Amino acid sequence: MPNDSLAQKILTLADDSFILGHRNSEWAGHAPILEEDIAFANLALDELGHAHLWYELYQELTGVEPDRVVFFRDANEWRNTQFVELPKGDWAFSMTRQYLFDLYENVLLEKLVNSTNERVRGIATKIRAEEIYHLRHTSNWVKRLGLGTDESHARMQNALNELWASALQLFVPLENETELIDANIFPDLKTLRDEWQDKTVSHLSASGLIVPRVLEPRAISRAQHTEHLAELLNDMSSVARLEKFGVEW
Amino acid sequence: MDEQAELQEFQARIARGEKIEPGDWMPEEYRKQLIRMISQHAHSEIVGMLPEGAWITRAPTLRRKIVLLAKVQDEGGHGQYLYHAAETLGATREEMIDALLAGKAKYSSVFNYPSLTWADMGMIGWLVDGAAIMNQTMLAHCSYGPYSRAMVRICTEETFHKKQGMEQVIKYARGTPQQKAMVQDALNRWWAPSLMMFGPHDSDSPNSAQLIAWGVKTKTNDELRQEFINKMVPDLQLLGLKIPDPNLHYDETSGNWITSEIDWDEFWRVVKGDGPCNRERLAARRQAHENGAWVREALNAYAEKYEQ
Repeated sequence: MPNDSLAQKILTLADDSFILGHRNSEWAGHAPILEEDIAFANLALDELGHAHLWYELYQELTGVEPDRVVFFRDANEWRNTQFVELPKGDWAFSMTRQYLFDLYENVLLEKLVNSTNERVRGIATKIRAEEIYHLRHTSNWVKRLGLGTDESHARMQNALNELWASALQLFVPLENETELIDANIFPDLKTLRDEWQDKTVSHLSASGLIVPRVLEPRAISRAQHTEHLAELLNDMSSVARLEKFGVEW
Repeated sequence: MDEQAELQEFQARIARGEKIEPGDWMPEEYRKQLIRMISQHAHSEIVGMLPEGAWITRAPTLRRKIVLLAKVQDEGGHGQYLYHAAETLGATREEMIDALLAGKAKYSSVFNYPSLTWADMGMIGWLVDGAAIMNQTMLAHCSYGPYSRAMVRICTEETFHKKQGMEQVIKYARGTPQQKAMVQDALNRWWAPSLMMFGPHDSDSPNSAQLIAWGVKTKTNDELRQEFINKMVPDLQLLGLKIPDPNLHYDETSGNWITSEIDWDEFWRVVKGDGPCNRERLAARRQAHENGAWVREALNAYAEKYEQ
Protein backbone atom coordinates (compact mmCIF):
# COMPACT_ATOMS: atom_id res chain seq x y z
CA MET A 1 0.00 0.00 0.00
CA PRO A 2 1.58 3.32 -1.07
CA ASN A 3 0.78 5.02 2.22
CA ASP A 4 3.50 7.61 2.12
CA SER A 5 2.63 8.84 -1.35
CA LEU A 6 -1.02 8.85 -0.36
CA ALA A 7 -0.25 10.99 2.69
CA GLN A 8 1.75 13.42 0.55
CA LYS A 9 -1.12 13.63 -1.93
CA ILE A 10 -3.74 14.17 0.78
CA LEU A 11 -1.62 16.96 2.23
CA THR A 12 -1.66 18.80 -1.10
CA LEU A 13 -5.46 18.60 -1.23
CA ALA A 14 -5.76 19.79 2.36
CA ASP A 15 -3.29 22.65 1.93
CA ASP A 16 -4.90 23.92 -1.29
CA SER A 17 -8.36 23.99 0.24
CA PHE A 18 -7.12 25.50 3.48
CA ILE A 19 -5.12 28.35 1.99
CA LEU A 20 -7.90 29.18 -0.46
CA GLY A 21 -10.47 29.18 2.36
CA HIS A 22 -8.17 31.38 4.40
CA ARG A 23 -7.73 33.87 1.56
CA ASN A 24 -11.45 33.98 0.84
CA SER A 25 -12.27 34.52 4.51
CA GLU A 26 -10.51 37.88 4.16
CA TRP A 27 -13.60 39.10 2.29
CA ALA A 28 -15.89 38.67 5.30
CA GLY A 29 -17.35 42.10 5.98
CA HIS A 30 -15.75 43.63 2.87
CA ALA A 31 -17.66 42.06 -0.06
CA PRO A 32 -19.30 44.23 -2.74
CA ILE A 33 -22.83 43.25 -1.70
CA LEU A 34 -24.17 41.92 1.58
CA GLU A 35 -25.45 38.77 -0.09
CA GLU A 36 -21.86 37.95 -1.04
CA ASP A 37 -20.54 38.68 2.44
CA ILE A 38 -22.73 35.73 3.28
CA ALA A 39 -22.27 33.52 0.22
CA PHE A 40 -18.52 33.95 -0.19
CA ALA A 41 -18.01 33.34 3.54
CA ASN A 42 -19.94 30.15 2.98
CA LEU A 43 -17.58 29.06 0.22
CA ALA A 44 -14.63 29.85 2.49
CA LEU A 45 -16.21 27.86 5.31
CA ASP A 46 -16.73 24.91 3.01
CA GLU A 47 -13.10 25.02 1.84
CA LEU A 48 -11.87 25.14 5.43
CA GLY A 49 -14.21 22.28 6.28
CA HIS A 50 -12.93 20.22 3.35
CA ALA A 51 -9.35 20.94 4.40
CA HIS A 52 -10.23 19.70 7.87
CA LEU A 53 -11.51 16.40 6.48
CA TRP A 54 -8.32 15.89 4.47
CA TYR A 55 -6.13 16.87 7.45
CA GLU A 56 -7.94 14.28 9.55
CA LEU A 57 -7.13 11.64 6.98
CA TYR A 58 -3.55 12.92 6.92
CA GLN A 59 -3.46 12.44 10.69
CA GLU A 60 -4.70 8.85 10.31
CA LEU A 61 -1.89 8.19 7.86
CA THR A 62 0.95 10.01 9.64
CA GLY A 63 -0.14 10.62 13.22
CA VAL A 64 0.33 14.39 12.92
CA GLU A 65 -2.53 16.47 14.35
CA PRO A 66 -4.33 18.95 12.04
CA ASP A 67 -3.61 21.98 14.23
CA ARG A 68 0.08 21.14 14.29
CA VAL A 69 0.13 20.79 10.52
CA VAL A 70 -1.67 24.09 10.04
CA PHE A 71 -0.14 26.33 12.69
CA PHE A 72 3.33 24.93 13.28
CA ARG A 73 4.78 24.50 9.80
CA ASP A 74 6.94 27.02 8.01
CA ALA A 75 6.30 28.14 4.45
CA ASN A 76 8.72 25.67 2.84
CA GLU A 77 6.83 22.78 4.44
CA TRP A 78 3.49 23.75 2.92
CA ARG A 79 2.32 21.84 -0.16
CA ASN A 80 -0.33 24.14 -1.60
CA THR A 81 -0.03 25.61 -5.07
CA GLN A 82 1.07 29.21 -5.52
CA PHE A 83 -2.30 29.69 -7.19
CA VAL A 84 -4.19 29.68 -3.88
CA GLU A 85 -1.70 31.72 -1.85
CA LEU A 86 -1.75 34.84 -4.04
CA PRO A 87 -3.39 37.79 -2.24
CA LYS A 88 -7.14 38.08 -2.70
CA GLY A 89 -6.87 40.99 -5.16
CA ASP A 90 -10.12 42.54 -6.34
CA TRP A 91 -13.49 40.79 -6.54
CA ALA A 92 -12.76 39.68 -10.12
CA PHE A 93 -9.51 38.05 -9.04
CA SER A 94 -11.00 36.18 -6.09
CA MET A 95 -14.04 35.12 -8.07
CA THR A 96 -12.03 33.91 -11.07
CA ARG A 97 -9.69 31.97 -8.81
CA GLN A 98 -12.56 30.35 -6.95
CA TYR A 99 -14.23 29.45 -10.25
CA LEU A 100 -11.08 27.85 -11.70
CA PHE A 101 -10.56 25.97 -8.46
CA ASP A 102 -14.18 24.81 -8.25
CA LEU A 103 -13.97 23.38 -11.73
CA TYR A 104 -10.73 21.61 -10.89
CA GLU A 105 -12.32 20.16 -7.77
CA ASN A 106 -15.40 19.10 -9.72
CA VAL A 107 -13.47 17.13 -12.32
CA LEU A 108 -11.24 15.68 -9.63
CA LEU A 109 -14.01 14.71 -7.23
CA GLU A 110 -16.03 13.12 -10.00
CA LYS A 111 -13.20 10.59 -10.19
CA LEU A 112 -12.34 10.42 -6.50
CA VAL A 113 -15.83 9.24 -5.57
CA ASN A 114 -14.79 5.99 -7.27
CA SER A 115 -11.38 5.75 -5.61
CA THR A 116 -10.36 2.28 -4.45
CA ASN A 117 -9.44 3.85 -1.10
CA GLU A 118 -12.53 3.83 1.09
CA ARG A 119 -11.60 6.91 3.14
CA VAL A 120 -10.78 8.97 0.06
CA ARG A 121 -14.03 7.84 -1.51
CA GLY A 122 -16.01 8.80 1.60
CA ILE A 123 -14.53 12.28 1.91
CA ALA A 124 -14.82 12.94 -1.82
CA THR A 125 -18.50 12.00 -1.79
CA LYS A 126 -19.17 14.39 1.08
CA ILE A 127 -17.24 17.27 -0.47
CA ARG A 128 -18.61 16.82 -3.95
CA ALA A 129 -22.17 17.60 -2.89
CA GLU A 130 -21.03 21.07 -1.81
CA GLU A 131 -18.66 21.69 -4.68
CA ILE A 132 -21.48 21.34 -7.19
CA TYR A 133 -23.12 24.37 -5.57
CA HIS A 134 -19.84 26.26 -5.50
CA LEU A 135 -19.39 25.81 -9.20
CA ARG A 136 -22.93 26.90 -9.95
CA HIS A 137 -22.42 30.05 -7.90
CA THR A 138 -19.01 31.00 -9.29
CA SER A 139 -19.94 30.12 -12.90
CA ASN A 140 -22.83 32.55 -12.66
CA TRP A 141 -20.57 35.27 -11.32
CA VAL A 142 -17.99 34.73 -14.06
CA LYS A 143 -20.70 35.12 -16.68
CA ARG A 144 -22.20 38.24 -15.10
CA LEU A 145 -18.87 39.99 -14.63
CA GLY A 146 -17.47 38.83 -17.97
CA LEU A 147 -20.50 40.17 -19.84
CA GLY A 148 -21.46 43.02 -17.47
CA THR A 149 -19.72 46.34 -18.15
CA ASP A 150 -16.49 47.22 -19.94
CA GLU A 151 -14.84 47.64 -16.58
CA SER A 152 -15.99 44.32 -15.17
CA HIS A 153 -14.96 42.60 -18.37
CA ALA A 154 -11.50 44.18 -18.29
CA ARG A 155 -11.02 43.24 -14.64
CA MET A 156 -12.06 39.65 -15.33
CA GLN A 157 -9.74 39.39 -18.31
CA ASN A 158 -6.86 40.75 -16.20
CA ALA A 159 -7.61 38.30 -13.45
CA LEU A 160 -7.69 35.42 -15.89
CA ASN A 161 -4.41 36.53 -17.48
CA GLU A 162 -2.76 36.64 -14.07
CA LEU A 163 -4.24 33.40 -12.77
CA TRP A 164 -4.20 30.98 -15.67
CA ALA A 165 -0.59 29.84 -15.54
CA SER A 166 -0.75 29.56 -11.76
CA ALA A 167 -3.89 27.45 -11.99
CA LEU A 168 -2.10 24.95 -14.22
CA GLN A 169 0.06 24.01 -11.23
CA LEU A 170 -3.00 22.18 -9.84
CA PHE A 171 -2.40 19.56 -12.55
CA VAL A 172 1.29 18.92 -11.89
CA PRO A 173 1.62 15.40 -10.44
CA LEU A 174 3.73 14.64 -7.38
CA GLU A 175 6.86 12.54 -7.73
CA ASN A 176 5.35 9.21 -6.74
CA GLU A 177 1.90 9.84 -8.06
CA THR A 178 1.98 6.93 -10.54
CA GLU A 179 1.74 4.52 -7.58
CA LEU A 180 -1.57 6.07 -6.67
CA ILE A 181 -2.80 6.07 -10.24
CA ASP A 182 -1.83 2.43 -10.70
CA ALA A 183 -3.71 1.49 -7.54
CA ASN A 184 -6.77 3.42 -8.80
CA ILE A 185 -6.70 5.58 -5.70
CA PHE A 186 -6.18 8.78 -7.66
CA PRO A 187 -6.98 9.70 -11.26
CA ASP A 188 -4.32 10.75 -13.73
CA LEU A 189 -4.06 14.54 -13.61
CA LYS A 190 -3.17 14.69 -17.31
CA THR A 191 -6.63 13.48 -18.28
CA LEU A 192 -8.22 15.77 -15.72
CA ARG A 193 -6.39 18.77 -17.12
CA ASP A 194 -7.85 18.16 -20.58
CA GLU A 195 -11.33 17.90 -19.20
CA TRP A 196 -10.87 20.99 -17.03
CA GLN A 197 -9.44 22.95 -19.92
CA ASP A 198 -12.34 22.06 -22.25
CA LYS A 199 -14.90 23.06 -19.66
CA THR A 200 -13.21 26.29 -18.56
CA VAL A 201 -12.47 27.43 -22.11
CA SER A 202 -16.07 26.81 -23.12
CA HIS A 203 -17.58 28.72 -20.19
CA LEU A 204 -15.02 31.51 -20.23
CA SER A 205 -15.51 32.08 -23.97
CA ALA A 206 -19.27 32.18 -23.47
CA SER A 207 -18.56 34.81 -20.83
CA GLY A 208 -16.64 36.92 -23.33
CA LEU A 209 -13.23 36.06 -21.91
CA ILE A 210 -10.13 34.85 -23.71
CA VAL A 211 -8.03 32.11 -22.19
CA PRO A 212 -4.31 32.97 -22.37
CA ARG A 213 -2.22 30.84 -24.68
CA VAL A 214 -0.07 29.48 -21.92
CA LEU A 215 0.60 25.80 -21.55
CA GLU A 216 3.28 25.74 -18.88
CA PRO A 217 2.37 26.11 -15.21
CA ARG A 218 3.99 29.10 -13.51
CA ALA A 219 5.43 26.84 -10.83
CA ILE A 220 6.12 23.13 -10.66
CA SER A 221 7.27 22.19 -7.18
CA ARG A 222 4.77 22.56 -4.38
CA ALA A 223 7.67 23.21 -2.02
CA GLN A 224 8.33 26.53 -3.73
CA HIS A 225 6.20 29.47 -2.76
CA THR A 226 5.79 33.15 -3.38
CA GLU A 227 6.66 35.61 -0.62
CA HIS A 228 2.93 35.91 0.05
CA LEU A 229 2.73 32.54 1.78
CA ALA A 230 5.25 33.40 4.50
CA GLU A 231 3.38 36.63 5.14
CA LEU A 232 0.08 34.80 5.35
CA LEU A 233 1.51 32.21 7.74
CA ASN A 234 3.14 34.80 10.00
CA ASP A 235 -0.18 36.49 10.50
CA MET A 236 -2.11 33.23 10.70
CA SER A 237 -0.02 31.56 13.38
CA SER A 238 0.69 34.67 15.46
CA VAL A 239 -1.81 33.71 18.17
CA ALA A 240 -1.32 29.94 18.03
CA ARG A 241 2.43 30.34 18.46
CA LEU A 242 2.11 32.46 21.60
CA GLU A 243 2.02 29.10 23.35
CA LYS A 244 3.67 25.81 22.56
CA PHE A 245 1.71 23.25 20.57
CA GLY A 246 -0.73 21.37 22.76
CA VAL A 247 -1.96 24.34 24.80
CA GLU A 248 -5.68 24.58 24.23
CA TRP A 249 -7.26 27.61 22.69
CA MET B 1 -62.51 54.94 10.12
CA ASP B 2 -61.07 58.27 11.13
CA GLU B 3 -57.53 58.54 12.44
CA GLN B 4 -58.63 58.67 16.08
CA ALA B 5 -60.62 55.46 15.75
CA GLU B 6 -57.77 53.76 13.90
CA LEU B 7 -55.37 54.76 16.64
CA GLN B 8 -57.69 53.37 19.29
CA GLU B 9 -58.07 50.12 17.41
CA PHE B 10 -54.27 49.96 16.98
CA GLN B 11 -53.72 50.44 20.73
CA ALA B 12 -56.38 47.86 21.47
CA ARG B 13 -54.70 45.32 19.22
CA ILE B 14 -51.41 45.88 21.01
CA ALA B 15 -53.16 45.55 24.37
CA ARG B 16 -54.60 42.21 23.22
CA GLY B 17 -51.06 41.09 22.36
CA GLU B 18 -51.72 40.93 18.61
CA LYS B 19 -48.88 41.45 16.18
CA ILE B 20 -48.96 44.41 13.80
CA GLU B 21 -48.18 43.21 10.27
CA PRO B 22 -46.75 45.12 7.27
CA GLY B 23 -50.00 46.07 5.52
CA ASP B 24 -51.80 47.04 8.74
CA TRP B 25 -52.64 50.57 9.76
CA MET B 26 -50.07 52.05 12.12
CA PRO B 27 -49.30 55.54 13.40
CA GLU B 28 -46.64 57.29 11.35
CA GLU B 29 -44.48 57.70 14.43
CA TYR B 30 -44.64 53.94 15.13
CA ARG B 31 -43.43 53.28 11.59
CA LYS B 32 -40.63 55.83 11.94
CA GLN B 33 -39.45 54.56 15.31
CA LEU B 34 -39.40 50.99 14.05
CA ILE B 35 -37.48 51.88 10.91
CA ARG B 36 -34.99 53.73 13.12
CA MET B 37 -34.62 50.81 15.53
CA ILE B 38 -34.53 48.02 12.97
CA SER B 39 -32.12 49.76 10.62
CA GLN B 40 -29.82 50.66 13.53
CA HIS B 41 -29.96 47.05 14.52
CA ALA B 42 -29.13 45.93 10.97
CA HIS B 43 -26.24 48.41 10.78
CA SER B 44 -24.93 47.09 14.10
CA GLU B 45 -24.77 43.60 12.65
CA ILE B 46 -22.94 44.83 9.56
CA VAL B 47 -20.44 47.02 11.39
CA GLY B 48 -20.16 44.30 14.01
CA MET B 49 -18.64 42.04 11.37
CA LEU B 50 -15.50 44.21 11.37
CA PRO B 51 -13.93 43.93 14.85
CA GLU B 52 -14.30 40.15 14.82
CA GLY B 53 -13.71 39.71 11.12
CA ALA B 54 -10.25 41.16 11.63
CA TRP B 55 -9.28 38.11 13.71
CA ILE B 56 -10.48 35.34 11.36
CA THR B 57 -7.06 35.09 9.75
CA ARG B 58 -5.41 34.80 13.18
CA ALA B 59 -7.71 32.30 14.88
CA PRO B 60 -5.39 29.89 16.72
CA THR B 61 -7.00 26.57 15.79
CA LEU B 62 -8.79 25.24 12.76
CA ARG B 63 -11.97 24.84 14.75
CA ARG B 64 -11.83 28.39 16.14
CA LYS B 65 -11.27 29.72 12.65
CA ILE B 66 -14.32 27.96 11.26
CA VAL B 67 -16.46 28.97 14.24
CA LEU B 68 -15.41 32.63 14.02
CA LEU B 69 -15.96 32.84 10.28
CA ALA B 70 -19.38 31.22 10.72
CA LYS B 71 -20.18 33.76 13.42
CA VAL B 72 -19.23 36.71 11.26
CA GLN B 73 -21.25 35.19 8.44
CA ASP B 74 -24.24 34.84 10.79
CA GLU B 75 -23.96 38.55 11.53
CA GLY B 76 -24.16 39.32 7.82
CA GLY B 77 -27.23 37.09 7.66
CA HIS B 78 -28.82 38.92 10.58
CA GLY B 79 -28.12 42.25 8.89
CA GLN B 80 -29.77 41.04 5.71
CA TYR B 81 -32.78 39.69 7.58
CA LEU B 82 -33.19 42.94 9.50
CA TYR B 83 -32.88 45.13 6.40
CA HIS B 84 -35.72 43.08 4.94
CA ALA B 85 -37.76 43.61 8.11
CA ALA B 86 -37.21 47.37 7.78
CA GLU B 87 -38.16 47.20 4.09
CA THR B 88 -41.60 45.94 5.10
CA LEU B 89 -42.11 49.41 6.61
CA GLY B 90 -41.23 51.22 3.38
CA ALA B 91 -37.52 51.90 3.87
CA THR B 92 -35.19 50.79 1.07
CA ARG B 93 -31.86 49.05 1.55
CA GLU B 94 -30.12 51.78 -0.47
CA GLU B 95 -31.52 54.58 1.72
CA MET B 96 -30.52 52.75 4.86
CA ILE B 97 -27.01 51.97 3.66
CA ASP B 98 -26.51 55.49 2.34
CA ALA B 99 -27.52 56.84 5.75
CA LEU B 100 -24.99 54.55 7.41
CA LEU B 101 -22.18 55.50 5.05
CA ALA B 102 -22.99 59.19 5.35
CA GLY B 103 -22.60 58.86 9.12
CA LYS B 104 -26.27 59.80 9.65
CA ALA B 105 -27.50 56.45 10.95
CA LYS B 106 -26.41 55.05 14.27
CA TYR B 107 -25.26 51.57 15.14
CA SER B 108 -24.29 49.95 18.40
CA SER B 109 -21.45 52.01 19.88
CA VAL B 110 -19.77 48.95 21.27
CA PHE B 111 -18.33 48.23 17.83
CA ASN B 112 -16.43 51.49 17.98
CA TYR B 113 -14.03 49.92 20.46
CA PRO B 114 -11.01 48.08 19.10
CA SER B 115 -10.45 44.32 19.35
CA LEU B 116 -6.82 44.13 20.44
CA THR B 117 -6.11 40.51 21.29
CA TRP B 118 -7.52 37.09 20.52
CA ALA B 119 -9.13 36.93 23.99
CA ASP B 120 -11.40 39.74 22.82
CA MET B 121 -13.15 37.18 20.62
CA GLY B 122 -14.22 35.30 23.74
CA MET B 123 -15.10 38.43 25.69
CA ILE B 124 -17.10 39.98 22.83
CA GLY B 125 -19.00 36.72 22.43
CA TRP B 126 -19.87 36.45 26.08
CA LEU B 127 -20.39 40.09 27.11
CA VAL B 128 -21.44 41.84 23.92
CA ASP B 129 -23.53 39.03 22.47
CA GLY B 130 -24.83 38.30 25.97
CA ALA B 131 -25.98 41.91 26.36
CA ALA B 132 -27.44 41.89 22.85
CA ILE B 133 -29.41 38.73 23.63
CA MET B 134 -31.05 40.35 26.67
CA ASN B 135 -32.24 43.18 24.49
CA GLN B 136 -33.25 40.89 21.64
CA THR B 137 -35.11 38.42 23.86
CA MET B 138 -37.24 41.35 24.91
CA LEU B 139 -37.68 42.48 21.30
CA ALA B 140 -38.80 38.98 20.31
CA HIS B 141 -42.06 39.95 22.06
CA CYS B 142 -42.22 43.22 20.16
CA SER B 143 -45.58 44.23 18.69
CA TYR B 144 -44.30 44.46 15.10
CA GLY B 145 -44.55 40.97 13.56
CA PRO B 146 -41.56 40.96 11.18
CA TYR B 147 -39.21 42.42 13.80
CA SER B 148 -40.42 40.02 16.45
CA ARG B 149 -39.95 37.00 14.19
CA ALA B 150 -36.52 38.21 13.11
CA MET B 151 -35.55 38.44 16.76
CA VAL B 152 -36.65 34.89 17.51
CA ARG B 153 -34.50 33.58 14.72
CA ILE B 154 -31.54 35.81 15.48
CA CYS B 155 -31.61 35.02 19.21
CA THR B 156 -31.22 31.33 18.49
CA GLU B 157 -27.98 31.96 16.63
CA GLU B 158 -26.77 34.60 19.10
CA THR B 159 -27.16 32.07 21.87
CA PHE B 160 -24.60 29.90 20.10
CA HIS B 161 -22.26 32.87 19.77
CA LYS B 162 -22.57 33.62 23.44
CA LYS B 163 -21.85 30.00 24.38
CA GLN B 164 -18.79 29.95 22.14
CA GLY B 165 -17.57 33.17 23.75
CA MET B 166 -18.18 31.87 27.24
CA GLU B 167 -16.39 28.64 26.44
CA GLN B 168 -13.33 30.63 25.37
CA VAL B 169 -13.33 32.94 28.37
CA ILE B 170 -13.58 29.94 30.73
CA LYS B 171 -10.74 28.19 28.95
CA TYR B 172 -8.43 31.19 29.04
CA ALA B 173 -9.33 32.09 32.64
CA ARG B 174 -8.16 28.60 33.57
CA GLY B 175 -5.36 28.54 31.02
CA THR B 176 -1.69 29.52 30.93
CA PRO B 177 -0.50 32.70 32.70
CA GLN B 178 -0.41 34.42 29.33
CA GLN B 179 -3.96 33.39 28.48
CA LYS B 180 -5.18 34.48 31.92
CA ALA B 181 -3.56 37.90 31.54
CA MET B 182 -5.02 38.23 28.07
CA VAL B 183 -8.56 37.44 29.13
CA GLN B 184 -8.38 39.73 32.19
CA ASP B 185 -7.17 42.54 29.94
CA ALA B 186 -10.07 41.85 27.58
CA LEU B 187 -12.54 42.09 30.47
CA ASN B 188 -10.93 45.35 31.61
CA ARG B 189 -11.57 46.86 28.20
CA TRP B 190 -14.99 45.39 27.34
CA TRP B 191 -16.82 45.62 30.68
CA ALA B 192 -17.79 49.30 30.53
CA PRO B 193 -18.65 49.33 26.81
CA SER B 194 -20.91 46.32 27.30
CA LEU B 195 -22.83 48.11 30.10
CA MET B 196 -23.20 51.10 27.81
CA MET B 197 -24.84 48.87 25.20
CA PHE B 198 -28.14 49.16 27.05
CA GLY B 199 -28.26 52.85 26.23
CA PRO B 200 -28.69 55.97 28.37
CA HIS B 201 -30.47 56.03 31.73
CA ASP B 202 -34.25 55.80 31.46
CA SER B 203 -34.42 59.46 32.43
CA ASP B 204 -32.32 60.35 29.35
CA SER B 205 -34.05 58.00 26.95
CA PRO B 206 -36.74 60.12 25.26
CA ASN B 207 -38.29 57.31 23.18
CA SER B 208 -38.58 54.68 25.89
CA ALA B 209 -42.01 55.48 27.33
CA GLN B 210 -43.67 55.61 23.93
CA LEU B 211 -41.94 52.42 22.78
CA ILE B 212 -43.17 50.63 25.88
CA ALA B 213 -46.71 51.92 25.33
CA TRP B 214 -46.59 50.56 21.79
CA GLY B 215 -45.40 47.18 22.94
CA VAL B 216 -42.10 47.55 21.07
CA LYS B 217 -40.09 47.38 24.28
CA THR B 218 -41.28 45.73 27.45
CA LYS B 219 -38.39 46.69 29.73
CA THR B 220 -36.41 49.87 30.21
CA ASN B 221 -32.70 50.33 29.54
CA ASP B 222 -31.84 50.43 33.23
CA GLU B 223 -33.88 47.31 34.00
CA LEU B 224 -32.15 45.32 31.28
CA ARG B 225 -28.72 46.63 32.29
CA GLN B 226 -29.28 45.64 35.92
CA GLU B 227 -30.40 42.14 34.89
CA PHE B 228 -27.24 41.80 32.81
CA ILE B 229 -24.97 42.96 35.63
CA ASN B 230 -26.62 40.62 38.13
CA LYS B 231 -26.10 37.73 35.78
CA MET B 232 -22.54 38.46 34.71
CA VAL B 233 -20.86 39.50 37.97
CA PRO B 234 -21.10 36.14 39.79
CA ASP B 235 -20.16 34.17 36.66
CA LEU B 236 -17.06 36.26 35.98
CA GLN B 237 -16.01 36.25 39.64
CA LEU B 238 -16.39 32.49 39.80
CA LEU B 239 -13.70 32.24 37.13
CA GLY B 240 -11.33 34.32 39.22
CA LEU B 241 -11.63 37.31 36.90
CA LYS B 242 -11.59 40.77 38.44
CA ILE B 243 -14.32 43.13 37.32
CA PRO B 244 -12.71 46.51 36.62
CA ASP B 245 -14.84 48.56 39.00
CA PRO B 246 -13.54 49.48 42.49
CA ASN B 247 -17.04 50.41 43.66
CA LEU B 248 -18.74 47.20 42.64
CA HIS B 249 -20.72 45.78 45.56
CA TYR B 250 -23.71 43.64 46.35
CA ASP B 251 -26.76 45.34 47.77
CA GLU B 252 -28.56 42.96 50.16
CA THR B 253 -31.80 44.93 50.18
CA SER B 254 -32.41 45.03 46.44
CA GLY B 255 -30.46 41.87 45.61
CA ASN B 256 -28.63 43.86 42.93
CA TRP B 257 -24.97 44.23 42.13
CA ILE B 258 -24.26 47.96 42.14
CA THR B 259 -21.65 49.38 39.77
CA SER B 260 -20.02 52.78 39.51
CA GLU B 261 -21.80 55.38 37.48
CA ILE B 262 -21.15 54.83 33.78
CA ASP B 263 -18.89 57.39 32.16
CA TRP B 264 -21.66 59.16 30.28
CA ASP B 265 -19.30 61.69 28.75
CA GLU B 266 -17.52 58.84 27.02
CA PHE B 267 -20.85 57.26 26.12
CA TRP B 268 -22.11 60.39 24.32
CA ARG B 269 -18.74 61.05 22.75
CA VAL B 270 -18.77 57.59 21.11
CA VAL B 271 -22.45 57.86 20.15
CA LYS B 272 -21.71 61.18 18.46
CA GLY B 273 -18.94 59.68 16.37
CA ASP B 274 -15.84 60.38 18.41
CA GLY B 275 -15.06 56.93 19.81
CA PRO B 276 -11.78 55.06 19.38
CA CYS B 277 -12.81 53.42 16.09
CA ASN B 278 -15.83 55.28 14.68
CA ARG B 279 -13.85 56.69 11.77
CA GLU B 280 -12.10 53.44 11.06
CA ARG B 281 -15.33 51.41 11.03
CA LEU B 282 -17.14 53.78 8.71
CA ALA B 283 -14.08 54.06 6.49
CA ALA B 284 -13.98 50.27 6.16
CA ARG B 285 -17.67 50.15 5.22
CA ARG B 286 -17.26 53.00 2.74
CA GLN B 287 -14.25 51.37 1.19
CA ALA B 288 -16.05 48.04 0.75
CA HIS B 289 -18.94 49.94 -0.78
CA GLU B 290 -16.75 51.96 -3.15
CA ASN B 291 -14.61 48.98 -4.13
CA GLY B 292 -17.79 47.09 -4.90
CA ALA B 293 -19.36 49.81 -7.06
CA TRP B 294 -18.09 48.33 -10.34
CA VAL B 295 -19.42 44.92 -9.30
CA ARG B 296 -22.91 46.23 -8.63
CA GLU B 297 -22.85 48.18 -11.89
CA ALA B 298 -21.87 45.01 -13.74
CA LEU B 299 -24.71 43.05 -12.16
CA ASN B 300 -27.20 45.73 -13.19
CA ALA B 301 -25.80 45.93 -16.71
CA TYR B 302 -25.95 42.17 -17.08
CA ALA B 303 -29.53 42.06 -15.82
CA GLU B 304 -30.55 44.77 -18.27
CA LYS B 305 -28.89 43.07 -21.22
CA TYR B 306 -29.78 39.45 -20.60
CA GLU B 307 -32.54 39.09 -18.06
CA GLN B 308 -35.24 41.38 -19.46
